[in-house]
Amino acid sequence: MENNLSLTGDASSSLNIPQKLATFLGVSGLFILALAAFNMNFPNKAIWLYTSLAAIGIGVIWFAQATYANKTEGIKNDHIWFKSITNRGVLGWITGLILTGFYIVLYFYPELLGLNAEGENTGVISLFDPLSNLLSGNPASQWFVYGTLYTIAILTFGVKFIWKYRHNKYERLRTFSVMFFQLSFAFLIPEFMQRLNSENFSLPYYDLKNIWPLNYYNFEQYRVDSMINAGDIGIAMLIFGVVSIFVITPILTYKYGKRWYCSWVCGCGGLAETAGDSFRQLSDKTQSAWKIERWVVHSVVVFVTLMTTAVIYSYLGEDGKYWLNRTSFLIGVAVLLTAVFALVMIFKRNEFQKDAKFGAIGYLAIILSLIGFHFLSGDGKVFLFEAEALRSTYGVLIGAIFSGVIGTGFYPIFGNRVWCRFGCPMAAILGFQQRLFSRFRITTNGGQCISCGNCSTYCEMGIDVRAYAQKGENIVRSSCVGCGICSAVCPRGVLKLENDSMNGRINANEILLGNDVDLMDLLNQK
Amino acid sequence: MEHVVIIGNGISGITAARHIRKESDKRITVISSESDHFFSRTALMYVYMGHMKWNHLKPYEDWFWEKNRIELKNAFVSQVQPEINQLTFSSGETMEYDTLIIATGSNYNKFGWKGQDLEGVQGMVTKQDLELLEENTKKCKRAVIVGGGLIGSEMAEMLSTRNIPVTFLVRESSFWNVVLPPGESDIINNHILEHHIDLRLNSNLKEIVSDENGRVKSIIIEETGEEIECDLVGLTAGVSPNINFLKESGIELGRGVKVNRSLQTNFKNIFAIGDCAEQHEAIGERRPIEAVWYTGRMMGEVVAQTICGNPMEYKPGHWFNSAKFFDVEYQTYGWVFPEPRDGEAHFHWKHQDGRKCITINYQEGSRKFVGINTFGIRMRHETFDKWLTEEKSVDFVIENLKQANFDPEFYKTFETEIYKSFIQQQPVAN
Repeated sequence: MENNLSLTGDASSSLNIPQKLATFLGVSGLFILALAAFNMNFPNKAIWLYTSLAAIGIGVIWFAQATYANKTEGIKNDHIWFKSITNRGVLGWITGLILTGFYIVLYFYPELLGLNAEGENTGVISLFDPLSNLLSGNPASQWFVYGTLYTIAILTFGVKFIWKYRHNKYERLRTFSVMFFQLSFAFLIPEFMQRLNSENFSLPYYDLKNIWPLNYYNFEQYRVDSMINAGDIGIAMLIFGVVSIFVITPILTYKYGKRWYCSWVCGCGGLAETAGDSFRQLSDKTQSAWKIERWVVHSVVVFVTLMTTAVIYSYLGEDGKYWLNRTSFLIGVAVLLTAVFALVMIFKRNEFQKDAKFGAIGYLAIILSLIGFHFLSGDGKVFLFEAEALRSTYGVLIGAIFSGVIGTGFYPIFGNRVWCRFGCPMAAILGFQQRLFSRFRITTNGGQCISCGNCSTYCEMGIDVRAYAQKGENIVRSSCVGCGICSAVCPRGVLKLENDSMNGRINANEILLGNDVDLMDLLNQK
Repeated sequence: MEHVVIIGNGISGITAARHIRKESDKRITVISSESDHFFSRTALMYVYMGHMKWNHLKPYEDWFWEKNRIELKNAFVSQVQPEINQLTFSSGETMEYDTLIIATGSNYNKFGWKGQDLEGVQGMVTKQDLELLEENTKKCKRAVIVGGGLIGSEMAEMLSTRNIPVTFLVRESSFWNVVLPPGESDIINNHILEHHIDLRLNSNLKEIVSDENGRVKSIIIEETGEEIECDLVGLTAGVSPNINFLKESGIELGRGVKVNRSLQTNFKNIFAIGDCAEQHEAIGERRPIEAVWYTGRMMGEVVAQTICGNPMEYKPGHWFNSAKFFDVEYQTYGWVFPEPRDGEAHFHWKHQDGRKCITINYQEGSRKFVGINTFGIRMRHETFDKWLTEEKSVDFVIENLKQANFDPEFYKTFETEIYKSFIQQQPVAN
């Protein structure tokens, strides 16, 4: 039936003239970068670079203007499922292939972009040298090129998103927030920090909002050494890194749910919410996808915990140059995990229900591994593996392939939050807390749901929101990033994101509000 | 094993089936000739507009039915014989039942207009209507919609997303003013115009004119005699129970299937729920036939109890409803009539942007809160349900309105403005 629908032969879903011109402008900007990538030598690099970036940026914003400015304020999802780019059509697949190709080159073949181990940059990386010099005083790297384009994507598509949801203040503020954090914390501040570095003072490249375990490399030896050697500032950064995950994160997640990070601060989330917004409807809502999601994402948590423990363990001495030694570190990790596991089992075992078994398996696996580390290690090996091998495997499999190639490259195929949903260990940890110890929920408005399915369709995390709403049940799901779009697209005012007391947060109703009071009481209290 | 057969797989029939399964092990069969699986009828418009695909309309995945042992049959029931507990399908096949639930919903109204059966003339109720609309709008230069209610406004919205110019004939002097107070009706008038719909108030359809191929060519307006060329006529002047197949059955019919408070027909083992059921006497302020999603669901919940040995009457709680007219959301709790009834008064507040307003209906003497309509501001169902039960005063409601707000976080709130406006409008007490 959809095929019939999309082949109506009416022109209303095709682009208007300003949209076409804007697309042409944006693509021209990309074309300049492509020419540079194929080693076309531009005489005045700075001018060509800024022209290219301006063309891309203005193209996107102009397109947004041409799309939304003439429409009334409100939900404008017209034709999304008719368009090739947003309905996994030919354009969607082509975009997906280009993006995955870009990520493969970026992670595994940066020399194709013009990165030279010795000597000056060439290719598209050299095109970015003027901007990099301006900011950090150093020549560009492939990561600088990526970071610049990433920031431009969040800023310009952020403008598009705000235009689309201009009637919705939650969406406006949230988008300003991710744009701000990307521009300042992720892009400018780390570049400026490079300027502080000298021969006897060096800070690692540090995006302060990038928290372990998303930032899985944060506690690697070279970074820790570098921070310790950098004196007070470095030590402060190191402490901030530890405090971020163990103190700040739990408090904010308790108060606001994981959205404070995932859809307000995080860079991956920022890109997903802005450049990825057009693909949110492509996430898989089936129950089987949910089952896969839970296994995969929690396995990544186990992996990153073990990997990080192994890496730190490997550079700690037996009695060591640090006050922390191998044995006390392992005991510390074990005690921490046991405390978390025990607290959950004591206070939340009813809510945990059958998931408890899986939690226990994960916990046991980690503890056994820790014991293994202790007894089976030696000669730079940790539990039979080189810690370095674990680290690089994680870096390639999770850091590059999962988060980059699949996570972003496949936006037009699997939706914009594949990484956040199936791969991100940070999201899993925050989600675990959100499910069990948080004031956040999406409240369902009594009996007003008409099961239309807009909420589920536009949930980027693949949550079947409607399944809860039509039961009059609040949505308390670990994966919910609090983007607020389910509430925005609801035609009947059924959903509201809010922070409230933990009591009665989860409330399954047999009979919905509006029916006979006696019947509601009878069945709901059963 | 007792066999419960449900005709109709809409919200009423499916709710009944789900609750019967929860309460019992009876054999359950759901029959529909419209679609293989339950879907949300209210969301058909979103498929046409490209917001969703057909599969998104299905609230349960396809494996759900077999897992819950709810048998689905795609067939059209042409005859019911209550004396032998048997259904006959259009194919000639038959099926025995022990208990029958009729949940066949509505059809759109045709009021005997000349040309109402021409090609290119259609309503917008079923999946088939949606498919037909897709055909009928392939080369549509102008559409005319007849009848100003929610479906009419939805159809206008659907067509406008395909850039089809729409003329919207509304019999009343203002949009849906048989239900909405004037201030609210006016907001919707303006909002429809804002979407470039050619809204014609006080306009009745006289006839639909055919071309040489039996297709609609134009329509003529009763009042002015004006002829408007069009390729599509949407009939959205209300709906009626879909019960033609029961005419010879001996089941008591009025406009709908006549039921008692237990939703039972004149046959003990036959029930009717949802749009097609007609109460012998209206319940409270409700109409004898309630063609609303929510009431269909409630009847499904109730009838399942009765069938599973826990006899229940249909005793709905406080009235509520909601809708969306283009970009403007509407909710209502309790009763608000277009004109205040005797002894009642309206408090009306309208925001300067012309897209938000509330109307509160209350009793003048006791100041008891009777109901609220709200446009562009979401309200909390639970709060209003509680206030209605507790018979709060209008003053209490105005003072505590903030508690009922359900708008997304950070939205501008208007409680103070509403409060001030309320105080100003009240006569000074002596």
